[in-house]
Amino acid sequence: MSQTFTLDGKTIAFEPGQTILQAADAAGVFIPHLCYHPEFKPHGSCKLCTVKVNGRQTASCTMRAMPGMAVESDTEEINAERRALTQMLFVEGNHYCPSCEKSGNCQLQATAYHLGMMSTHYDHFFPNRAVDASHPEVLLDFNRCILCSLCVRASRDVDGKNVFALSGRGIDTHLIVNASSGRLGDTDFTLADKAAEVCPVGVILKKRQGFAVPIGERTYDKAPIGATTAGEAC
Amino acid sequence: MNAPMNPRKLRITTTSLSGCFGCHMSFLDIDERLLELAALVEFDRSPITDIKHCSQHCDLALVEGGVCNAENVHVLRELRANAKILVAFGACAVNGGLPAQRNHLDVGQCLSQVYRTPDGSATAIPDDPELPLLLDKVYPVNEVVRVDYFLPGCPPSADTIWKFLTDLLTGRTPRIEHPLLKFD
Repeated sequence: MSQTFTLDGKTIAFEPGQTILQAADAAGVFIPHLCYHPEFKPHGSCKLCTVKVNGRQTASCTMRAMPGMAVESDTEEINAERRALTQMLFVEGNHYCPSCEKSGNCQLQATAYHLGMMSTHYDHFFPNRAVDASHPEVLLDFNRCILCSLCVRASRDVDGKNVFALSGRGIDTHLIVNASSGRLGDTDFTLADKAAEVCPVGVILKKRQGFAVPIGERTYDKAPIGATTAGEAC
Repeated sequence: MNAPMNPRKLRITTTSLSGCFGCHMSFLDIDERLLELAALVEFDRSPITDIKHCSQHCDLALVEGGVCNAENVHVLRELRANAKILVAFGACAVNGGLPAQRNHLDVGQCLSQVYRTPDGSATAIPDDPELPLLLDKVYPVNEVVRVDYFLPGCPPSADTIWKFLTDLLTGRTPRIEHPLLKFD
């Protein structure tokens, strides 16, 4: 822990090899993120963890910390860009929080609150992707997917099952299920899989468990995202 | 110093487009604070008044609901033309809300599904010209007119509405943060 950089003027110690996001997280400083999860390799798709390093923007989940870096994160400029990115994610999907079982426990929603997002600003895409309810225990609503690939990484790297993948190009990129039928019910996916619990939004939902937690006691009712203790990047 | 003893009351107009009136109910949930508000504002066209058309020079328009039919568009444009500040009030106005879940369905099929005869053999979709036609999709308010402020929530809580209104009435930029900021 001999090496340090500064984050918004605060000195952050880091181990060589740590990314800026990992070092900040270990020091208890929150940098917004959606596709980063401490148990997986970074993905770099959500871009919410963007920071300014020595005057240039970069993703803090992939950028290694180096001694003497001057990193800006919680600034008006960076947060405005994060808010715009969050708005883009909202209009690209069908994020009807009032009827979503993940509401109150959703990282995308909590991040929008954190950034003070009052509107979706852009015109909505209103995608139309069929829900997959073929699995007896799990429901997939693809219209909420933010393509963070956490389920892809969890299923491939932890569960060893390779149930999920991202397919298509550009705005047509979407989450698919690796079965010849394309249906989750035709895979060996189970509720015990790591992939069943990593979705930060409301795509992978356990059936018959929705709305079990009273309003006021959901994760982000109690404390806003980023108010967690050091080392707990969620 | 030279402020008039009785400053002009601010005029508020409200409407529910493709809304459920829940945002208006949440507005009424400010309870006795309504009396405080009544001392500061007067209501123009609104579901809680009998005024049929919005008068010119309204200060504030609260628009609940998304835009789902032709009449919604006319009402929304009337409010926009007459109000200085127009607020997308509640989740439906902000992003279409739950009614926008019909956006991936064909509107003609929706109507024939609902208005078919009990045995399903025929449909009788109302076609009187007095009825406004549905739009192909439900649109958020800001995709039809310019919106000055957004107040999310389904509905926004009474405290959120009160914070928003008192900020606005006292000349501050409305600022809604945790725990008042909710989308659900």
